[in-house]
Amino acid sequence: MKFDHIIIRYGEISTKKRNRKSFVDKLKNHIRWALRDFKAATLQASRERMYILLNGEDHQKIIDQIKSVYGIQSLSPALKVGRDIEEIKAAALYYVDQLSGEIETFKVSTKRSDKDFPYNTNEMNHLLGGHLLRNKDGILKVDVKKPDLNLLVEIRKEAVYLSGVNIQGAGGLPFGSSGKAMLMLSGGIDSPVAGFLSMKRGLEIECIHFYSPPFTSERSKQKVMDLAEKLALVNGSMKVHIVPFTEIQLLIQKQIPENYTMTSTRRLMLRIADAIREKEEALAIITGESLGQVASQTMNSMFAINEVISTPVLRPLIAMDKLEIIDLAKQYDTFEISNQPYEDCCTVFTPASPKTKPKLEKVQYYESFVDFDKLIEACVEQTETRKIHFGEKAAGEVQTEDLF
Amino acid sequence: MIYFDNSATTKPYPEVIDSFIKVSTDYFGNPSSLHGLGAKAENLLTQARRQVAELLQVKSMEICFTSGGTEGNNLAIKGAAHAYSGRGKHIITTVMEHASIKETCKSLEEEGYEITYLQVDSDGLVSVEELKKALRTDTILVSIMSVNNEVGSIQPIAEIGQLLKEWPQVLFHVDHVQGIGKIPLDLTAGKIDLCTISGHKFHGLKGTGVLYIRDGIRVSPLFTGGNQEARLRSGTENVAGFVALAKALRLTLQKSAQDDGKLTEIREMLFQGLNDMQGVKINSPKHGAPHIINFSIPGIKSEVFIHSLEEKEIYLSTTSACSSKKKSVSDTVLAMFHDQRRAESVIRISTSYGNEHYEAELVLREIKNTLLKLQKVMR
Repeated sequence: MKFDHIIIRYGEISTKKRNRKSFVDKLKNHIRWALRDFKAATLQASRERMYILLNGEDHQKIIDQIKSVYGIQSLSPALKVGRDIEEIKAAALYYVDQLSGEIETFKVSTKRSDKDFPYNTNEMNHLLGGHLLRNKDGILKVDVKKPDLNLLVEIRKEAVYLSGVNIQGAGGLPFGSSGKAMLMLSGGIDSPVAGFLSMKRGLEIECIHFYSPPFTSERSKQKVMDLAEKLALVNGSMKVHIVPFTEIQLLIQKQIPENYTMTSTRRLMLRIADAIREKEEALAIITGESLGQVASQTMNSMFAINEVISTPVLRPLIAMDKLEIIDLAKQYDTFEISNQPYEDCCTVFTPASPKTKPKLEKVQYYESFVDFDKLIEACVEQTETRKIHFGEKAAGEVQTEDLF
Repeated sequence: MIYFDNSATTKPYPEVIDSFIKVSTDYFGNPSSLHGLGAKAENLLTQARRQVAELLQVKSMEICFTSGGTEGNNLAIKGAAHAYSGRGKHIITTVMEHASIKETCKSLEEEGYEITYLQVDSDGLVSVEELKKALRTDTILVSIMSVNNEVGSIQPIAEIGQLLKEWPQVLFHVDHVQGIGKIPLDLTAGKIDLCTISGHKFHGLKGTGVLYIRDGIRVSPLFTGGNQEARLRSGTENVAGFVALAKALRLTLQKSAQDDGKLTEIREMLFQGLNDMQGVKINSPKHGAPHIINFSIPGIKSEVFIHSLEEKEIYLSTTSACSSKKKSVSDTVLAMFHDQRRAESVIRISTSYGNEHYEAELVLREIKNTLLKLQKVMR
């Protein structure tokens, strides 16, 4: 006997009415992607639920894999058996055996949609409960109020279904169901986390990275590609737009007073990002900013920086502490990559004492002496776009097929 | 030539040497250098680490590259003992560990640590019950090898791991140098905190090894300096060696997965053949690791025996290579049988993937001939 299917519950999608079909389709695609390594497993969707038919694949491995798919509320491994009472008994015992050590109390809840079945609901509950108690004497007890396991037995015409364990899914909405946004990916700890959280709420994202050779190295770019590869876990691939930023950065250093260079740099990054967003037909820009974390992330700075565009700027981490962000980064497996100590576009030109309370009029005044528009246009034009696939050795790595 | 001394060292796979040469020639940069050459070397190091982690089914950050088994064991034992001395100073190990564990424990004894050495039975096994009794509230570390290097007994690592689940304060180190690629070991399920392997025991190169350090475990470094290997092991990384190790590990685990029982068959052949010989006492347990078989010929000096076989281009060893030079008795065999004469005349055969049935046949025949010849002379 073995678990033969997994029940998937949608959660929040089930509250959406008219666009429900597209939500479910998106979720289906993503579960299919998550199941890529399990060739035998198949997926069936109904209005309320989806079912993965295992066809011999290991249920635990599949659950581990799809637990992280956004849009899934909960999952349960389940069994389908024939209507023979002995078979049902054996299945019930198998079910609790799979949870040995995890549960101490249980109850049995039978649902009988097939009224021709020889036993009624109460008889079934007693029969199965007794069977389990006899076989698990001293290990399991019945608790009808707050059981560790509520073993659900559904008797239908075609077969009998057993489930009961509820495993929490990742929640959120299916990838892409909320539209598209551009993530500003610096290579630090915060921005990839902001990316994952945005995707959790159903956003499709593309990344923008500012690259300033020779002030930032090939390695810092590599780091960003590695992070993009991690983000690609959700959808299988991730687009990265690499913006050549050296020229603008040098001009800022020349033209803007030192303590305002940071503010100006951010303003220009945002303008460029917005131009790329427009080209890619996305609807928002996502940053990894957390209020007050550094000089550019104070309220005054945000006010002075955000002024350059009217596009919504989403800041999923705004209310999080650094340690909370680090925890999430570890969970998303990006922390190790982010923590590599290479200079990035933000650190190289950081002035010794950047303004934490920049004045909008001042920065506008300083910038008014330079025509940045042309440069921005050029930047957008020279932006190189790369698509990183999940599991792909990012470009720049040594050609190594035969070395390993 | 018949090489039956694979527990001393293995012959590196040609593909492994190719990798070493290619990396040493083309990617010789220092991984800590900032320029492109350094970046490439670092990249290779990262990939090697990732591959080893994937093969061992652990996280990249849990892999610390070392120079081999001895360093790995030293880093594990001393490193953990020093990092957790605040919790207690009691360590449990066994009487049949490799010298790099035993001597390290001895040196800790001089520092004021207390060591309990678990006895083994005539199958070369420790008893989990004994271990249970030996555990104390000030125990900080249990170090037990998975496969004994001399007789090949397989310790009940999974069971010990289960027991130690109830002792979350106690770290569990497994010396897996002889076991890797030969017997399965689940690091995550086994509650293993530290695990040593050595490159040259699985057809990699000498001077390379890995210490697995579970995420969250602190270990004090043996070397201080440039803080390479996440501060655990300063010194410029042996990139070429570690790339070679990653490849050797992949190939070995592949061969292990493809092995259809040949290694075990060869061992059974040898076991049966030696068992039938007069004057030979087998020291290995009947159900041991598939690649080690150890026997004694009481009354005949094992060194003479080894040299006689060497004339026929058959390479075996006396006791473990690391202690064979000091002309001592085998502590392991002594601990198992309490028989001095038996422990003085120990011979070990150790095979690997690539050895053939006919080699075992030939070796058995030559052992028999040599035995008859020597028994005449030495009596």
